[in-house]
Amino acid sequence: MSKDMNRDVLVIGGGIAGMQSALLLAEKDHRIYVLESAPAIGGFFPLLDRTFPTNSCGVCFMSPKPPAYCPIYESDFHENIELLTNCELKDLAGQAGNFEVSYVEKPRFVDIEKCDLCNRCVEVCPVEVDSELGAGIEKRKAIHLPFAQAIPRSYVIDETSCTKCGDCLKVCSPGAINLQDKSRERKLNVGAIVLGFGFEPFQGENKGEYGLGRYKNVVSSIQYERMMSFSSSTGGLPGRPSDGKRPKKVAFIQCVGSRDPSCGQGYCSSICCMYATKQAMVSKERDKELEAAIFYMDIRAMGKDYERYYERAKQEYGIRYLRSAISAVRELQRSKCLMFTYGLENGQLEEEEFDMVVLSLGFIPPARVKETAERLGVELNEYNFCLTDEFRPTETSVPGIYVAGAFREPRDIPETVVEASSAAADVSGLLDDFEQRAVEEEEFFEEKDIADEESLAIGVFICDNRGVLAQGLDIEEITRLFEQDPDIVCVEKVNITSLKKGADEIKNKIAEKELTRVVIAGHRGMALSKALRSVCKAVSTGSCLLDYANIGEQCANVHALDSPAATSKAKSLVQASLRKAKLAVPRRAGRKRVCSRVLVVGGGISGLSSGLSLAEQGMDVTLVEKSDKLGGIARTAYYTLKGSDIQALLRDMVSRVEAHPKIEVLKGSELKALEGTWGSYHSLISADGEEKEILHGAVIFATGGREALPDEYFFGKNENVLTQKSFERLLAGREEKAAKAKTVVMIQCVGSRDEKHPYCSRVCCGQAVKNALKLKELNPEADVYVLYRDMRTYGFYEKYYHEARGKGVIFVRYEPQARPEVSASSGTLRVSFFDSVVKERISLEADLLVLSSGIAPNEDNHRLAEIAGLELNADGFFAEANPKAAPLDSVDRGKYFCGLSHSPNHIGDAICQGKAAAARASALIWNAFQEYADNQAYVNERLCSGCGICVSACPYDARIIDEVSNKANVLEDLCKGCGTCVISCPNGASQQYDFERSTILDILDEVIG
Amino acid sequence: MQEFEPRIVAFLCNWCTYTGADLAGTSRLQYPPNIRIVRLMCTGAVDTIYVLKALIEGADGVLIGGCHPGDCHYQTGNYKARRRITILKKILNRFGYDEDRIWLRWISASEGKLFADTTAQMVEELKDKGPNPIKQLWMV
Ligand code: FES
Repeated sequence: MSKDMNRDVLVIGGGIAGMQSALLLAEKDHRIYVLESAPAIGGFFPLLDRTFPTNSCGVCFMSPKPPAYCPIYESDFHENIELLTNCELKDLAGQAGNFEVSYVEKPRFVDIEKCDLCNRCVEVCPVEVDSELGAGIEKRKAIHLPFAQAIPRSYVIDETSCTKCGDCLKVCSPGAINLQDKSRERKLNVGAIVLGFGFEPFQGENKGEYGLGRYKNVVSSIQYERMMSFSSSTGGLPGRPSDGKRPKKVAFIQCVGSRDPSCGQGYCSSICCMYATKQAMVSKERDKELEAAIFYMDIRAMGKDYERYYERAKQEYGIRYLRSAISAVRELQRSKCLMFTYGLENGQLEEEEFDMVVLSLGFIPPARVKETAERLGVELNEYNFCLTDEFRPTETSVPGIYVAGAFREPRDIPETVVEASSAAADVSGLLDDFEQRAVEEEEFFEEKDIADEESLAIGVFICDNRGVLAQGLDIEEITRLFEQDPDIVCVEKVNITSLKKGADEIKNKIAEKELTRVVIAGHRGMALSKALRSVCKAVSTGSCLLDYANIGEQCANVHALDSPAATSKAKSLVQASLRKAKLAVPRRAGRKRVCSRVLVVGGGISGLSSGLSLAEQGMDVTLVEKSDKLGGIARTAYYTLKGSDIQALLRDMVSRVEAHPKIEVLKGSELKALEGTWGSYHSLISADGEEKEILHGAVIFATGGREALPDEYFFGKNENVLTQKSFERLLAGREEKAAKAKTVVMIQCVGSRDEKHPYCSRVCCGQAVKNALKLKELNPEADVYVLYRDMRTYGFYEKYYHEARGKGVIFVRYEPQARPEVSASSGTLRVSFFDSVVKERISLEADLLVLSSGIAPNEDNHRLAEIAGLELNADGFFAEANPKAAPLDSVDRGKYFCGLSHSPNHIGDAICQGKAAAARASALIWNAFQEYADNQAYVNERLCSGCGICVSACPYDARIIDEVSNKANVLEDLCKGCGTCVISCPNGASQQYDFERSTILDILDEVIG
Repeated sequence: MQEFEPRIVAFLCNWCTYTGADLAGTSRLQYPPNIRIVRLMCTGAVDTIYVLKALIEGADGVLIGGCHPGDCHYQTGNYKARRRITILKKILNRFGYDEDRIWLRWISASEGKLFADTTAQMVEELKDKGPNPIKQLWMV
């Protein structure tokens, strides 16, 4: 199979989804263009500094190669990624494998290469407008830096607000501003396209009754998020817009622009319940006295570990949740406080005063999405989000164009990361052929052996950015430091206005002067050192004997008014760097050969989709299934809420898997043992009493889950008490028992969201609605009651909930402390429950009682976790390395999980997860070799007493005590170079390259000296 | 008499606070030049000996800066640092040494401003405290 297509990929939209797809594909040698209409990449994400359910940020973990910087930086650093910011898509021609894209590069009016970020233009600019990420509370000038950490880091003039007065021109000393700048049309050829358009917040002003825009102290959730950010002007402590005072009582109003057909927003935005909870919790963390109340319809905490988060918000943080309808919000004249009138569920009207109100805005498709979609030929759904098939969640209506993230449906970060990975898998399936990849052969870089170097050959590079360094520092005085040093071979000044040119200049010098150590002093040390790492290895130094002193960012830029002090600081930093470079211990950069096969454990939907995705890219797969049939729990599922046929899907997938030459299917088999580390695992599979050994580079656990069986409500005792799944089977077969039932009562959350099972199974509300609708279809006369706690028909599923209510399905809420009661005297089922709307206890006879008992993890997970060294979460599902940005990865890269073994999920999501896990695994094994982390630990055996403290200190199990020598060893492929072991060692035997204890202590002499 | 200018040594983790300090630089936020940064991969690798040596050799304060809880790039390094520094402070306290000369702060890569503000604030507070007494003891 040869794929004769263009391997370049265009990613449109540089938010979380776009960056994730780009980073994964870039690992597989695709050239990636990230087209972003804003002047900087990042999307919504620079707005957030805390995310649920951890109240941390965590997106750095998104990179396929942890540890990593923030994905914004990583995308900038990656040699295969090119950022096309401030660009707009214009036209598309061609087809999958060969698209021709034309786009318009909008005028930036500022030359990135020339601008030295002096900020004078901003100071003189007379035009002030609302800042994009400032959510209407922060202003910016017409010429501006989009946000502090913006990449590319350059000013931009926004054409619409600029008056072209020319004041900025006068103060721009490098002459970087060109007001005559014109837009340019450009063309690109790519093989595939990923759409990561993201979403936009609903215009809160459209819900006039809440007073956004009229009442000062009513703010949108976006504004509040911005106020909570440490990088905003409030410093992380929100103040009331009317007087700047810190609010003592804050109300959050949910579903503003969600679940509200009256303003054209029929769907649920899925993430608002959680972000409001987060905002309330973080506000409380920052101000213990603060009172927070959340006004809501249903709390939809259906993601992994979200229910616990919600419970914590209530129990530990004392946040009040009020299920209510708000009938009026009034502003009090004097205090500018807000007076709420709201109706509780029982009809009671209440009044309460708040200092500040936050509207939890829902999300809408990005502006002008229709136009863009038209240009691409991509179809949209009824809400103007991207139209996709339920079982092909990341494929658009145009082959070769894929969709990732919130442009398909509003969603949270983990789901976005999963979908973006899944879209990357689709691209790989189309363009990649593993067998044809460029394999660099065994030969290592030609390294000069410098282990026994007689003298050091140090090069010092002073990197200035358009003379800014020289403006703030006395460079001559600094260079004088080097005069007497016999180890220094050359001192060069480099202009790094263009990072690439600067890096090349340094590279050439390293080769020319045969340098063995390098010190970089000046601007952008971090970026330069990344760019130089490979070259240092290639040219001469054998490893990265390079250190940098950011005397630009840490001296010249930040102590502009005190040049002598800045210079003396710069001198000590440079000297510390020099000392560090001299002390650096030479070593070889280690890498290992990676085995290409992937083992998939579990043959359910997610496992099948992993296997197929890998095989389509030409990778070898071994799929192990415990039972003698493929399909897993989906074998007993018939139709989805959206009406798709699950059995047809399954038949198709199973036949494709069984026929695929790249997939070896082992049924009736079990994983017995798994040894090794990423890239080279060795597994033992028992198949029909025989044992089989498999070598593989990665493993995907797709071991599924099971329907939890209730132990109450006469389940198993009365034949008319069923689970949703068995009810579904009866309905699918149109069996009389179901089709003829007159009164059916469903009870939600049986065995979910209680003390024993504190998690939400996510799918049951949808299942109940699905089966209720099906029953109504078969028998419109049937009375269906759904007794629920919160209806969690999130996202576009909301429509079906609405439909069910329209068709007469009766939904009655119950409180966990007053659960429905069931009696079964002489076989007749009688259900009684309290209906808080009519304030009465209702009792009725039910033909069928259907229990939504949720999904439980497989018991086998414990055994597998033990074998494979994985962690389980408190509920028995596999625990991820980072719940936010690495939702399918284990801490030890190389092991991934997906499907129900990860968390309860609908089929579409399971397919996505399966593909996403495949994308992550394939990014790891695509290259025949993978490098070890930098700055690894090593052991001075002479000093090691074999005490084993480092073994317990290491967070990655990268330490063992050698049984023969009784000395500690470092497992190089597991060590990620954090240095924890160095300081845990009582004998000083543990060391970390470049950060040896003695080195750090020596450096201190320089910094203090 | 010249005003007392405290000297601060900062041990910053590579991924968050060091990058945050860089961001302060690219954003040209001005803060006092009294601080010298030592880059480590993680706060979990900040040995108490480093802190003690800095204080003994003449620093008036030590700042340890790392990723926010939950964000450490090596799982739990910052928690280890927190424990270690708490114990160190307790011990120093026992000896009558002012533990507030040691600051442990979580500053992310996007919080350049927080880094600049923290530095400014630390310099202020150390000015009030005056020179590090160990330095004088050592000099006899
Ligand atoms: S990496 Fe920042 S504290 Fe561990």
